[in-house]
Amino acid sequence: MLDKLTDRKRKTKLAILILVFMTLCFAAIFLFVGLTEKNIHFYLPRRLERVGAVLLVSYCIGSSSVVFQTITNNRILTPSVMGLDSLYMFIQTVVVFFFGSRQIAMMTGQVNFLISVGAMVFASWVLFFLLFKGEGKNVYFLVLAGMILGSFFSGLSTFMQVLLDPNEFLVLQGKMFASFSNINNDLLGLCVLIVGICILITIKDYSSLDVLSLGVDHGINLGISYKGLVLRNLMVISVLISVSTVLVGPITFLGILLVSLARQIVPTYKHSILITVSTLLGCLSLLGGLLMIERIFKYETTISVVINFVGGIYFIYLMLKESKK
Amino acid sequence: MISIKNISKKYGEKHVVDHVDLDIPKGKIIAFIGSNGAGKSTLISIISRTLSKNSGEVYIDEKELKEWKSKELSKRLSILKQSNYLNIRLTIKELVSFGRFPYSNGKLTKEDEKIVDDAISYMKLEDLQDRYLDELSGGQRQMAYIAMIIAQDTEYVFLDEPLNNLDMRHSVHIMKIIRKLVDDLGKTVMVVIHDINFVSCYADYIVAMKDGKIVEEGATENILKSNVLKEVYGMDIGIHQINGKNICLYYD
Amino acid sequence: MINKMKRILLHRISWIVVLIILSIISIMIGVKDFSLRGIFTGNADDVNLVLISRLPRLISIIVTGASLSVAGLIMQTITNNKFVSPSTAGTMEWCKFGVMIAILLFGGRSSLVKMGVAFICALFGTLLFMKLLTKLQFTNAIIVPLVGMMMGNVVGSITSFFAYKYDIMQNMSSWLQGNFSLIIKGRYELLYIGIPFFIIAYVYANKFTIAGMGESFSQNLGLNHKRIVMGGMVIVAFITSTVVVTVGSIPFLGLIIPNIVAIYKGDNIKNTLFDIAILGSIFILVCDILGRIIIYPYEVSISVVVSVVGSIIFLVILFWRNKHAR
Repeated sequence: MLDKLTDRKRKTKLAILILVFMTLCFAAIFLFVGLTEKNIHFYLPRRLERVGAVLLVSYCIGSSSVVFQTITNNRILTPSVMGLDSLYMFIQTVVVFFFGSRQIAMMTGQVNFLISVGAMVFASWVLFFLLFKGEGKNVYFLVLAGMILGSFFSGLSTFMQVLLDPNEFLVLQGKMFASFSNINNDLLGLCVLIVGICILITIKDYSSLDVLSLGVDHGINLGISYKGLVLRNLMVISVLISVSTVLVGPITFLGILLVSLARQIVPTYKHSILITVSTLLGCLSLLGGLLMIERIFKYETTISVVINFVGGIYFIYLMLKESKK
Repeated sequence: MISIKNISKKYGEKHVVDHVDLDIPKGKIIAFIGSNGAGKSTLISIISRTLSKNSGEVYIDEKELKEWKSKELSKRLSILKQSNYLNIRLTIKELVSFGRFPYSNGKLTKEDEKIVDDAISYMKLEDLQDRYLDELSGGQRQMAYIAMIIAQDTEYVFLDEPLNNLDMRHSVHIMKIIRKLVDDLGKTVMVVIHDINFVSCYADYIVAMKDGKIVEEGATENILKSNVLKEVYGMDIGIHQINGKNICLYYD
Repeated sequence: MINKMKRILLHRISWIVVLIILSIISIMIGVKDFSLRGIFTGNADDVNLVLISRLPRLISIIVTGASLSVAGLIMQTITNNKFVSPSTAGTMEWCKFGVMIAILLFGGRSSLVKMGVAFICALFGTLLFMKLLTKLQFTNAIIVPLVGMMMGNVVGSITSFFAYKYDIMQNMSSWLQGNFSLIIKGRYELLYIGIPFFIIAYVYANKFTIAGMGESFSQNLGLNHKRIVMGGMVIVAFITSTVVVTVGSIPFLGLIIPNIVAIYKGDNIKNTLFDIAILGSIFILVCDILGRIIIYPYEVSISVVVSVVGSIIFLVILFWRNKHAR
């Protein structure tokens, strides 16, 4: 009897080990292939920074998506699908609009980032009340509302960018927002710190979140402090989304891919394991994608496009599957 | 002892529970009866803090709900609701282990594991304990959830229509278990049931509700009378003695 | 009865008056000064300005607004779902995809070629979407636009993938964002092709309504369901592709206008078609005027204005419908 359980635990451990090993391999290839004595001082620090950014982004997206799905009790919502990253870009634009100086360096600086993160935390309060005001709202309704909100925010951001500089707003847009070819290195240190704090705050919530995945009523029955738990984790989610968006820009469908894949590989309800596996998968897919696209095919800026393509198809599949239930 | 004072719950302008007072006797099976929409489920959801109330107070062992820490309360009181759709895949054993969460915070001690095993054998689920819930029948799943509630080991147990959609064999089994919980372990079980004959055969005490109010309450034999049931359900229900039990006939 | 007719007529006349006033405002606005009097006195400069730039712009706005709204109405009627429109069914994205193909294969010089390819792609994509809908029989009305928008996203990412790869992103971006500022004489006439379809839509209105009731229902009334759906989709694809090729994509329009009209006028196509068309034109005209005066002398492109205003209205409709559906 017990063997079955220990067997599953062993398989989970093995899966994590393999993923760690593969991630290390990919990271090594990414870091060291093509280095020569001459260019090592130039390339190595930059590549290290990029690997660091990939790791951070993977954690942010993986963790926030897993937790968000538990909080909303469904398998197709992620913060990005709800438009949280467009919201971040909008807030950033607003901050630049009202507080920013005309110099680009200032626009992406730490102060602006911190103000934007603060605004995001506030926004997560609003989201909290929207999510929990109506009892038992329809998930698809939330997704659709989120997507429309997303397009509202991105429309409004573009609008404000045009106001900032009608002639060169496309250039401005490129400089204000990061992408995988243009990772925002200046904020990396600060982001590491912020993510570290977030991990500290949430790590003791994992077991409560495990209980919450039974559903709200069971969760309350088993003694979790539901509202506090949800509010705290929504706030952390909004911070994590800000971090990943400021580092590499929005990647709408990465979260849904990572979480679903993680659930396939390790069928467990344990958040500690799910988050670890989705983070590793994130590193693996992003590093692999970057290697393929930059070193093999030599394109630039298309990794988000590829992720959105694969993720979009997968999302449709998930919706069709879930709606049949 | 659970006592509630002046509880109300409104949806829009409609009072689903309308200024209800109630003292729940200890160590008994208390059945909540009434037509659909009478407010039974809403009332027990409010008492078990899974639904917020508009006004009134709920005292569990002389302490108001607000003063209880959620985790402490979950060692005193448990509730099982009707819809138990799960988004995750769990085995019976994993589900029952969740019942120990209030005590262990997710890390089971040896003692916890023993309690979990006992709960599983109490429900006679040993052979199924490593099966996933989604592979089981509705009756087996309901048994697993009740095993979880047993593992939670609380003085007060609320069950919202535990017999819903179950066949006769499972229904009788569950009612017998509830009887045993009260008789052997001294628990207080509050249960919403529609099948009036199960109430007659198993419950000690009845709370009858209509339109958000309690219309009658008392020992089973005092409530199970044609005139009282007429008031509660608005239909004629004949009561017949068969093998020493009161059986209600309401099929024509 | 006569009273009712009178009221409807009055209603429509007031809409038309609003449209005319807005049109005059639209013609007056612009970087280059000119006076209305100049036109009547025959001032050559003023007349030229109006004929070459201002009037084409106005006409293209009116035609775009009307035809996209009607396209949305047709789709909503046939699918019997209030959340379907060229932008929520992915039709717009398929059009862009078609434009990209046309640029890659034929250099994209001729608008007619672009339009043709865009039309074929749009028709294909929309029919695929319809096929999916009938096959899956969604119980939840909200899933339908979600699936459509996701399909649109997927097609959109294919489009941008190739656009990056063959370095035509710059060229493409003018189709990614709707814009009236580039409309001058000789570059918008393609829109006129959409007008006959508008008339067909009016003639076939009842049949679309019946088709929306479902296949067995329409067969019971002796209608060929497949053919009507096909006809409707051809009209939609055609209208959308003319707009995307000449103006660019404009989100949400086809969704919100029919919804607004349905709220105050009900769902009978015969009654609402005209109102939907004229309200669509007014809506786009207002958005265009806003976009032109907010940062005068610069312009905010129409798709940005519409995506901001339109998404707010969409959200309001969404919440309203969600509340009243129960």
